[in-house]
Amino acid sequence: MPDPVVSVRNLRIWYGTTRGPVRAVDDVSFDIKPGETLGLVGESGCGKSTLGRGLMGLLPEGAAMDGEIVYDGTNLVGLPARELRALRGPHIGMIFQEPMTRLDPLMRIETQFRETLETHEPDLSRDEIRKRSLEVLAGMGIPPTRFRQYPHEFSGGMRQRIMIALALVLRPKLVIADEPTTALDVLVEAQILGILADLKRNFDTALLLITHNLGIVAEACDNVAVMYAGQIVEEGRSDDVYRTPAHPYTRELLRSIISLSTTGLQYIPGAPPDLTDPPSGCHFHPRCPDVMQVCPRQDPVEMPIETGQRVLCWLHGPEKQIPSGGREKLEQQEFALADEA
Amino acid sequence: MQTKPESRPPLLEVTDLKTHFPLRGSFGQRLLGRETGSVRAVDGVSLSLRRGEVLGLVGESGSGKTTLGRTILRLAEPTSGSIRFEGQEVVGLSEPAFRPFRRRIQIVFQDPHASLNPAMDLWTAIGHPLIVHGIIKDREATRDAVGAALTRVGLTPVDQFLHKYPSDLSGGQKQRAVLARAIILGPDLLVADEPVSMLDMSVRAKILELMIELKRELDLTYLYITHDLATAKFFCDRIAIMYLGRIVETGPTTEIFENPRHPYTASLLRAIPDPDPDRTTPRDLPRGEVPDAAAPPLGCSFHPRCPRAFEICGWESRDLRDLIEAHWTRIPEEQYERERKLVGDLEVLEEPSLVAQVPAGRGASGSDVGAILRRMRDEDPDEPLWTGVRDTRVDDGHAEVTFGEWLEPLLLPDGDAEVACHLYDEQARSKAR
Amino acid sequence: MPRAVVWAGIVITLAFVLLAILAPLVAPYDFDTYRDADGVRFVKQQAPSAEHLFGTNVMSTDVLSRVVFGSRTAVEVVVLALLVSLAVGLPLGLVSGYHGGKLDRVLLLFMDALIAFPSLLFAIVIAFLLSDSFGRGVLTAALAISITYIPQYYRVVRNHVISIREESYVDAARAIGAKPRTVIRRYVLQNVIQNVPVLATLNAADAILTLAALGFLGYGIQPTEAAEWGYDIQRAISDAGAGIWWTGLFPGLAIVLLVTGLTLVGEGLNDVMNPVIRRRPIRKVVLPPRAEQS
Repeated sequence: MPDPVVSVRNLRIWYGTTRGPVRAVDDVSFDIKPGETLGLVGESGCGKSTLGRGLMGLLPEGAAMDGEIVYDGTNLVGLPARELRALRGPHIGMIFQEPMTRLDPLMRIETQFRETLETHEPDLSRDEIRKRSLEVLAGMGIPPTRFRQYPHEFSGGMRQRIMIALALVLRPKLVIADEPTTALDVLVEAQILGILADLKRNFDTALLLITHNLGIVAEACDNVAVMYAGQIVEEGRSDDVYRTPAHPYTRELLRSIISLSTTGLQYIPGAPPDLTDPPSGCHFHPRCPDVMQVCPRQDPVEMPIETGQRVLCWLHGPEKQIPSGGREKLEQQEFALADEA
Repeated sequence: MQTKPESRPPLLEVTDLKTHFPLRGSFGQRLLGRETGSVRAVDGVSLSLRRGEVLGLVGESGSGKTTLGRTILRLAEPTSGSIRFEGQEVVGLSEPAFRPFRRRIQIVFQDPHASLNPAMDLWTAIGHPLIVHGIIKDREATRDAVGAALTRVGLTPVDQFLHKYPSDLSGGQKQRAVLARAIILGPDLLVADEPVSMLDMSVRAKILELMIELKRELDLTYLYITHDLATAKFFCDRIAIMYLGRIVETGPTTEIFENPRHPYTASLLRAIPDPDPDRTTPRDLPRGEVPDAAAPPLGCSFHPRCPRAFEICGWESRDLRDLIEAHWTRIPEEQYERERKLVGDLEVLEEPSLVAQVPAGRGASGSDVGAILRRMRDEDPDEPLWTGVRDTRVDDGHAEVTFGEWLEPLLLPDGDAEVACHLYDEQARSKAR
Repeated sequence: MPRAVVWAGIVITLAFVLLAILAPLVAPYDFDTYRDADGVRFVKQQAPSAEHLFGTNVMSTDVLSRVVFGSRTAVEVVVLALLVSLAVGLPLGLVSGYHGGKLDRVLLLFMDALIAFPSLLFAIVIAFLLSDSFGRGVLTAALAISITYIPQYYRVVRNHVISIREESYVDAARAIGAKPRTVIRRYVLQNVIQNVPVLATLNAADAILTLAALGFLGYGIQPTEAAEWGYDIQRAISDAGAGIWWTGLFPGLAIVLLVTGLTLVGEGLNDVMNPVIRRRPIRKVVLPPRAEQS
């Protein structure tokens, strides 16, 4: 079993607002092994974007982070900014939702690639830089004849592919993609997913794919972690989680998706909680159809289950920590539309 | 969910509608105020909508579906064509003459966060249509009607929501408020432009359910514009697929999904991400992307990406350029460097033409270019472009590829559906032979 | 911007406004009184004393009274100038931004040309031209000053209108059937007006200076019509050589104080109304120790 590329343990990221600290990431742990793809899914406000940014060290002012992010033996939490910057690029590549954020509109593509390579691999000759850039671009389907064009001369999908190429040209071991296809059309999205899937096959790159789209995670990711209110409520192989979801939120979320096979509409009543003051115990308990007496009283404990997943839910025990009577059903509260999302 | 549309005359009938936006060209041309070309956002669309029906207008970005919706509402001016609302022609009417129609057609936009005036509370915003049309004189008097609309969309208790501002509401609540504003005049037709695509997954179902209820209670007809085939399948009775300003396929929902005819429709269906663990990423997708609507491909707009294109689909010089550039992404670098020197500036191929003259580079000859093209063809003989080549020739300074004549695809019936594709057009295919 | 500083600006500005309103009550004499109740002429260029707290100037008028009435003049002119420039610039910006087309292109060209003129020079020329028809009073000065601000309001409003013109809620208003007049008034205006108060306050500060400059150069208000600080300073130049400092210092101080006060208010307003610049009081988060797992 190879060592994980990145190992996150008990990560907490809280950031400040005028109303008090927002518990965007509240004790999260996971591993990603080389060549593996982990899909981090959740709805808006669940903390997944903050988690992505925290991994890259791009947190807003006033945010606090503790726990461990172990990459290559080093804990990134608490690392000085200069050393973090050195890691970004050659070790940890990043792909954002809006490609224009990484591409300088005033610079030709050729220049952007040269700058990137010159900064991180100063020993390369001009020729080698050109060769590597063209190679990775060709892999994305960008013809070499367009190497000297400006970003605005490309369409949205091509810009995204250029950005992926820019992230890959340094051959990072880990790539973090934050909603890479959300702004793109379905066909282009499928193309880009294909590219990302090839990544792991050809380069053994580990990929963290952050998205709200459960469909693309099912297709493109080996493992999936479902986030709710700052915590990972379920994690496991995609096949297992989708076929036999263990956490009620995962189950309800899957049911509420409208797909080609949908025959009736399902939704989850209520709204995701305010992260400055999440519900006590299990954060999902006010909306859970299987809520029990113990759920609001005690924080759930992460449990491995037989199908291989880890789940954060009292339904799965551990029995020893559930007081007597704790397993009795609790009345689910009614939601006024005023509280709905 | 499919309802039986009643047999009444069409509520909306659109015939050969075109909406073109003029383009200003380079700076110099702009200075002189001259226009060069236009974006053919909607390029000859015909459809009809019966009362009580839900027609889905499905397409990706650049398909023109949003512009079509806006043109029907006169938020964009049609360039030509006809729009009949219950038999009455509305294209060409002045704004005051059209205003009464605005009571009967309303629109719901995509972004709930931008659709409500930040400076108006819900009472004012939802009641404003009544005042605009002179039905009720002042804001106070609109309270009952607004309250009824709020109740219908589920924003209760009414007293609480009357005074809320958009910034106090969540995405789903905002969309409900937008629906309340849309229905308060009692319209017949509601154009819904991606009403749920910006909402979270678990909220979409709630809003769609509300729209279904409203349809039932208020006898509404919907034109449902979306890029999401999954919600379209659930919500619509009939579906029209749009690509670059034209309808390429239309038919009853079940027919479209069980038996897609147009290659574009088929690939859309294959590409939909499905949370089904047994699915894998589809590989045989059309290459490239939606082309620029200001300079669409000749013939069938989809032909450069279509895996099943053949002689008459519209092959031209730009396709040859794309093919050469794609070839250069696939070969090793040394070969690319060699070939690049032999070929001149491909920019000349950008002018759409049936005769493509690929120039030779400095010091090279036409036969060098010809050799490259021949090699490309040998490596990939199944490439659809070669079916459209009538003749090849080499000259001193260039290699010449002549393409055969193309035909415009027409929207023709095929069983229960209509499709604009030569694969289904016997007449066109016989011409090809 | 620290709160205390903004409050200082507000206090100063309000003080001058009060002074302007209550001038006849506050000033010991009128602005052109050169003799006392008995008909005895005041000593000319007398240093500050009990009867004349700021002294007298070469015309035997009381400097303090002239400063107080000068603030009335300043406030009148500036308010009038602002009203005129808003009344012209705001609607033009709204209409130009919303409708676009030829009207917009023409107006934009015109306004850009106006901005290109050096503002003081322009004000002088306008004051000169208008003095024939309107005389050389408050109205002329106000109009001359206002012309240079019209393009600013026009531009700010127009640009903001263009940025929200394509928003869905404006489209929705059109879809409802609202006439352009209504759309502009109820959907556009209320959402573009936020930048105007800041601009107005900063323009007011600038207007005080321009008015003083006009007066200094002799193109301002007729001395017989009203007191004006710039004019007083100009007359005080010759006094300086003779060691007479009070005729120039006090009007000068008044100008500096009022302009500073207005500028501080303007910057403070900017901080309040512009959420991007506003520094929210975010306290750094301190993570509590982890909960013990039982």
